[in-house]
Amino acid sequence: MTTLIGLYRPGVSALHRVPAGYKLAAVVVAGAGSIFVRTPGQTGAALVAVLLGYVAARVPPRLLWQSIRPLLWVVIPLGAFQVLAVGWGRASVIIGVIVALVLLANLVTLTTRTTDLVDVVVRLGRQLRFLGVNPERLGLMLNLGIRGVPLVLELATDVREAQHARGQAASARAFAVPLVVGALRRADEIGDALAARGFDD
Amino acid sequence: MLIDVTGVSHVYPGRAEPVVRDLDVRLDERRIGIIGANGSGKSTFARMLNGLVVPSAGTVTVDGLDTGKHGRQVRKRVGFCFTNPDSQIVMPTVAEDVAFGLRRRGLSKAEIAVRVDDMLGQHGLDQFADHAAHQLSGGQKQLLALASILVTGPSLLVMDEPTTLLDLRNTRMVADLIAGLPQQVVLVTHDLELLTDFDRVLVFDEARLVHDGPPAEAIKHYRELMA
Repeated sequence: MTTLIGLYRPGVSALHRVPAGYKLAAVVVAGAGSIFVRTPGQTGAALVAVLLGYVAARVPPRLLWQSIRPLLWVVIPLGAFQVLAVGWGRASVIIGVIVALVLLANLVTLTTRTTDLVDVVVRLGRQLRFLGVNPERLGLMLNLGIRGVPLVLELATDVREAQHARGQAASARAFAVPLVVGALRRADEIGDALAARGFDD
Repeated sequence: MLIDVTGVSHVYPGRAEPVVRDLDVRLDERRIGIIGANGSGKSTFARMLNGLVVPSAGTVTVDGLDTGKHGRQVRKRVGFCFTNPDSQIVMPTVAEDVAFGLRRRGLSKAEIAVRVDDMLGQHGLDQFADHAAHQLSGGQKQLLALASILVTGPSLLVMDEPTTLLDLRNTRMVADLIAGLPQQVVLVTHDLELLTDFDRVLVFDEARLVHDGPPAEAIKHYRELMA
């Protein structure tokens, strides 16, 4: 199943060995810095830099393509709109920056264990205890969110296949109701499993 | 470990009829099976054993601990395996899910890593350590779910129909795993073959415990009940 959440791919590259905190900081800095990218040349340089990261991490082109493919659904219509609205030059900058940032974030998840990423967030969350933030709960919430993506996608596939098997035409309500009910039921079951594993506070 | 169930009945909120009624039983055998029709109360009973369900009336004690008052201590001793592994795998990758239960036990990262590697090796999952959990097969997911419970070292393992979603080969694999466990096991199942070598089997029907005895006798009683 292809998702934008790449998940960790084991490896021994230099990028794999960089601490998760630095990698997350790089994503934040790149995101903030993206507002200063003005020209197609700068955008191209950013894209090349990110792609060099994939080469350095020894990510196979197939995996890179899997990361780009779901993006096409967003960037193609968005790109077409931008070309009409602001012209080729600016549109290429906007789309290029979006693609570069998503690929950069994906590169971080491919080269970093989820627990290491979540540990960074938990460490940062500890600074917010005075606001009532529970960092452990924050970490658990993030993990469950990441784990929930493939579960909901599988559920959606099941619902769609059940609809097709019954010969039903596409109907938003017939799709959404069992999907939401199924997701809530699964959430209940996961809650029970967490309690059974001692995470009941 | 002694499980003591005294005067237990349970009604879920919003329902009129009890799902378990007037239950008194003491269990200390190593292998205990629970069978019964759908809705007979066996899963609710299993959930009472680690405090997931606290009875409306009566008490359940495990190793002398009341599940209603000492739920957390009980759950440290009692592992619970659900039917659908997808509902109990809570972390994105295999190794992370096994490590999950150890993270609150004050162990160092290195110690957790050693225990996780050992557990994955024991269950033949070591080559999948960094794989996405959702990409495993059904049997591998159930093995992962079991490994994630066993790594915390429970004294009692309660399993609620762990083979229902598995094919024959994976069912045999889980059965062999259960047979080799040093822990006390309470197994809720519709697969009567799994209970052949068990010490004791309880039969539930319409919220009541209707038979309690050796496997052959209990299975015969259950078959007659379902005829």
